[in-house]
Amino acid sequence: MDIVNRLVEQRPLVIFSKSSCCISHSVMQLINSYGANATIYQLDDMSNGQEVDKALQRLGLKPSIPAVFIGQRLVGGAKEIISLQIQGRLVPMLKEAGAIWV
Amino acid sequence: MNTPSTQFVMPRRMNMYDPPLHNISSWVDSFRDDGFPNVAPSTVVEINERLDYLSEDTSSHKGQVPSNRYDQEASKPPEKVQRRLAQNREAARKSRMRKKVYIQQLELSRSKLMQMEQELERVRTQGVFGGGGVDNLPFSATVNSGIVAFEMEYGHWVEEQNKQICELRNSLNTHITDVELRILVDSGMKHYFDLFQLKAGAAKADIFYLMNGMWKTSAERFFFWIGGSRPSELLKVLGPQLEPLTNQQQIDVYNLKQSCEQAEEALTQGMDKLQQNLAETVATGRLGEGIYTSEMANNAIEKLEALISFVNQADHLRRETLQQMHRILTVRQAARGLLALGEYFQRLRALSSLWCSRPRQPS
Repeated sequence: MDIVNRLVEQRPLVIFSKSSCCISHSVMQLINSYGANATIYQLDDMSNGQEVDKALQRLGLKPSIPAVFIGQRLVGGAKEIISLQIQGRLVPMLKEAGAIWV
Repeated sequence: MNTPSTQFVMPRRMNMYDPPLHNISSWVDSFRDDGFPNVAPSTVVEINERLDYLSEDTSSHKGQVPSNRYDQEASKPPEKVQRRLAQNREAARKSRMRKKVYIQQLELSRSKLMQMEQELERVRTQGVFGGGGVDNLPFSATVNSGIVAFEMEYGHWVEEQNKQICELRNSLNTHITDVELRILVDSGMKHYFDLFQLKAGAAKADIFYLMNGMWKTSAERFFFWIGGSRPSELLKVLGPQLEPLTNQQQIDVYNLKQSCEQAEEALTQGMDKLQQNLAETVATGRLGEGIYTSEMANNAIEKLEALISFVNQADHLRRETLQQMHRILTVRQAARGLLALGEYFQRLRALSSLWCSRPRQPS
């Protein structure tokens, strides 16, 4: 958990992904469409990618990616993001965390 | 309501099983009430004729005992009566067992037939480009049991759907209370959620079957997007049917439509990327012509499994949209919405039937 915390601290919006994962690509597209300022970690491009992957799995994420943290809090994977989007709660959350401005 | 376009035709050879049942038409009728697929009347007559020819004069005359035989029964010694009754019970029990087996084989034949018809239609419309793997062979001997099960369950789902639509329509025309209407709405919603569950299973059994909408009629397939309908499109179709809406509701529905479109766009982009990756992998011949390394095989499987997660996410989007509409609308509006949605799909299915049965011009 420590390794993940280090990667998300002080960042309003963090997305863990893999370059080969197309669902991650969709999630990133959706969030980017709001002009959000996201920090993106591609696990397959990171030297400690496997470690981060395991840490995400320990947090209960299945599959481990995409993993979205808003305001340093774990929001979830693609399913959770879609739910928030349809319920109209995604944008307020992003605004509150300072990931987007008006 | 019309049943789905494929009519079940009884196989001509009944050598798989010849039940000496006398009241086959009455139990077929009883299944109609339960929503079992209709057997066309002509085939029921045919069955009766065959069975009359085959029938043994056994003791299983349920309720058709002629009066003189009954008198004879009463004057017989008790042991003979007891024995006869026991024989009757035994024959009735055997009859019930055979009936069960018969139905199971009927169901299996029906779904095999549906599969064959779809293969035929696909081959006819797409032409045959030679090769194409086992999946494209018409009358393929290999049957995917997960898909066979799905088709059977989907058939039942459609019948239940038609019943629910009727009930909704009738209820909205009467003075039904909101409390009672809520029950109908809740079961309508659950019915759609059940379908998403079924599809999840089918996606694991054969993702291409699901992605190509093979279980749907051709008109429905025309509007297909990642394993089903586009939620934003359905919202556009339903919108006018829900009026009058309050100002707040109008805003909420509009926002929902926008949110759907954005989510759909994001998923579409992800799918496009996946298609590209898959195409590149196949083009460079890395999808296993000859010897796979385990890495190549894993790569290929991973990509196909990604397809499964796209369908799951798309269905999740559909589910969330339904639930959000449920939050926005009153019970009565929700009921009208479900009715309109159901009728929309019925009309699409009817359109497909019309199209399939239109007279073709001689070339």
